[in-house]
Amino acid sequence: MSGTPRETVDRFRLRARAWLADHMPPRPLDFNYGDWDRTRELQRRLYVGGFAGVCFPAEYGGLGLPYEYQQALTEESLPYEMPFALNSPTLGIIAPTILEFGTDAQKRRFIPNLLSGDEIWVQFLSEPTSGSDLASITTRAALDGDHYVVNGSKIWSSGAHAADWAICVVRSDWSVPKHDGITVLLMEIHQPGVTVDRIVDSVGGDEFCQEFFDDVRVPAANVLGRPEGGWPVVRGLLANEHNTVGGGSIYTSGRAPRLNTRIQSGALELARATGRAGDPEVRQLVGEDYVLGFIQEATSERLRRATETGALPPTGGALLRLLSGETHVRRSDMALQIAGVGAAAWRPGNPTAKAGTGYIGRQLGAIGGGTAEMARNVISEQVLRMPREPAADRGVPFDDVRHNSASPRPIRPDSARR
Amino acid sequence: MDIDLTEDQALLREATRKFLEAEMPLATVRSLADQPAGFERGWWRLGAELGWTSMLVPEEHGGGSVTDEGLLDLVVVAEEMGRLVSPGPLLPTNVVASAIARAGTPEQQAEWLPDIVRGRTLATWALCEPGGRWQTHELALRARRADRGYVISGVKEPVEAGADVDWILVTASSDAGPAQLLVPASAEGLTITRLEGLDLVRRFASLEFGDVFVPDSAVIGTPPTAADDVERQLQTAIALQLAETVGAAERVFEVTLQWMFDRFSFGRPLASYQALKHRFADMKLMHESSQAAATAAARSVQRGEPDAAQKVSAAKAWVGEKETFLMQECVQMHGGLGLTWEFDLHLYLRRATVNQMTWGTPSQHRERIARAVGIDEVVE
Repeated sequence: MSGTPRETVDRFRLRARAWLADHMPPRPLDFNYGDWDRTRELQRRLYVGGFAGVCFPAEYGGLGLPYEYQQALTEESLPYEMPFALNSPTLGIIAPTILEFGTDAQKRRFIPNLLSGDEIWVQFLSEPTSGSDLASITTRAALDGDHYVVNGSKIWSSGAHAADWAICVVRSDWSVPKHDGITVLLMEIHQPGVTVDRIVDSVGGDEFCQEFFDDVRVPAANVLGRPEGGWPVVRGLLANEHNTVGGGSIYTSGRAPRLNTRIQSGALELARATGRAGDPEVRQLVGEDYVLGFIQEATSERLRRATETGALPPTGGALLRLLSGETHVRRSDMALQIAGVGAAAWRPGNPTAKAGTGYIGRQLGAIGGGTAEMARNVISEQVLRMPREPAADRGVPFDDVRHNSASPRPIRPDSARR
Repeated sequence: MDIDLTEDQALLREATRKFLEAEMPLATVRSLADQPAGFERGWWRLGAELGWTSMLVPEEHGGGSVTDEGLLDLVVVAEEMGRLVSPGPLLPTNVVASAIARAGTPEQQAEWLPDIVRGRTLATWALCEPGGRWQTHELALRARRADRGYVISGVKEPVEAGADVDWILVTASSDAGPAQLLVPASAEGLTITRLEGLDLVRRFASLEFGDVFVPDSAVIGTPPTAADDVERQLQTAIALQLAETVGAAERVFEVTLQWMFDRFSFGRPLASYQALKHRFADMKLMHESSQAAATAAARSVQRGEPDAAQKVSAAKAWVGEKETFLMQECVQMHGGLGLTWEFDLHLYLRRATVNQMTWGTPSQHRERIARAVGIDEVVE
């Protein structure tokens, strides 16, 4: 930055405090993940006000400040509503991956627009036939002049219906082992050949999407990393995802009322609503609820420092991902326990409703963002250096590997197309 | 270990580890199991020379530490002592020293602190009472006002090193709220009985006070603020205890992970089985989160944060359960060997279990948190 001395954290904090009070709405009791227009609008305010992208490089529209400034902003933002839905994947997962692997031109094109809320991003990773074994994807991209032509399908991309751009992982060479034939594309969603379907989840939400690609054209200039050099990019993407899902990213801003508040309610609120605050069992659970929050905070702080200093490899974010999954599962059980029969039948508006439906979505925390089992593989193999699992496809050209055939059919044949 | 140790703290850690490995290897720890106190005073004085008793005491009384955050330095020592399940009253002696340094009069500080720092005087803190009581509102031991002093009656139990120290800081209930008094172990009317216990070298005692007279000069702090002093002591004690448990678990995990690579069955190392790998991933998470909790709690105490009490209780509830669970998993990974007297794992499990259950059980700390976050407040 141009010779002017940097503002101190304390002054930044005070300036943020005043600005937030004037520009941001009060923190909602219930955070509505699906209100994307509002998310864009709130992000735009932050950007115009000079409080977006604190840790992003200044040449790409960020503030270029150390993490302590972002921490100060997040702390000051707690009484307000923030564009929480933008944190994952746009700010915490997509942006750092573009920063790490993108060309200068790509960074100039994409980073400022995502910081301003103009472009919302999504990840096109999983496929109906490729989940945890991500490198076995069968969405194909063939080079045609200076464009790739993409055919296939992606799934579990939360919020794709509202997004503008996607990081899309495709197979562009079938004659080499699976990791060596993968290319990562930056794909515009609003274009011919892209169809986005919404999937209703078991709790009634409809943020999950499935996409279908019919001869979708993507400029070769939109390859992130090298052609057929996509696997390292994917690993970077997954590490960023683990960090973000676990709450350890330096690029996210603000803290949602609670991870997954859409379906979980707090133990204290439930204890009061059920009139069971005097019950020793319930009191234990209210105490535990605080413990879980404290542990998540302390652990993400420790692991963030550990990966920064090299005490842990970047894949250490898998520990945070596992913790957030386990915490979500445990909180679902706790809520059910406190709510008691109120989780089975309730008067309209009673918080015990969330305890019941939340329990139905209990495994969400251990599946979404990569399964807990994959996180355990990463921790044991890449953090603890235990031997890798045997794999029948190692070193074998993908064409010769037994894999699931591409399934272009939606998993819900009757789901409405957009 | 804290990721952000200063250079001086890293040196302290290295020096402590070298000293303990040379002077107090596990074979020596085992041999001390036959001795009444479980440690020798001569050895304790050597530790004092390394600074084990000076870090919570100001320099004018012979104290001082490698950084200006003495508790975080002492945490480094506690962690290293956990790694080798070392003996000695590190926790109670330092808590008493910090209490005198915080709330004592200049005369009291001059009388007690220099000898504690030099390792010549040993002290312990008698807070807990039979039936698992330790919170100030539930203390039954009474200090009654008398001519130029107090008369103490009641029972403290279990008291760490209670039969092996020179002075006892007693936390009593009085008409004016909690009161803290320094009582010599030789006081008339005080009956000290050794308890049996789980740890091979950490001993506890029962202290029965039958109208023990204590002069005014031995009262530490004054009743209105004594409750804050007690809370601060409790936080200090738990911060040290958590560090010791985490250090112990770190060593157990290291040894067990190595075992997985060295032990073969069905022609492959145990480390290659996914069913076991996933359990190690879980253990790694338990340990990293426990370490994170212990560090965050200690920093919170060191910096006197307003919510330090809750954070300490949260860390205490988590670490106690997770690190002992981790150790039980490590017993399982070793098979029959893990259940033998000769294999050292049970020394660690004993220490971690004692730590889990003393200074409040995980359940008691969860209840304490529930109260702190307002579960008893009436909300319309």
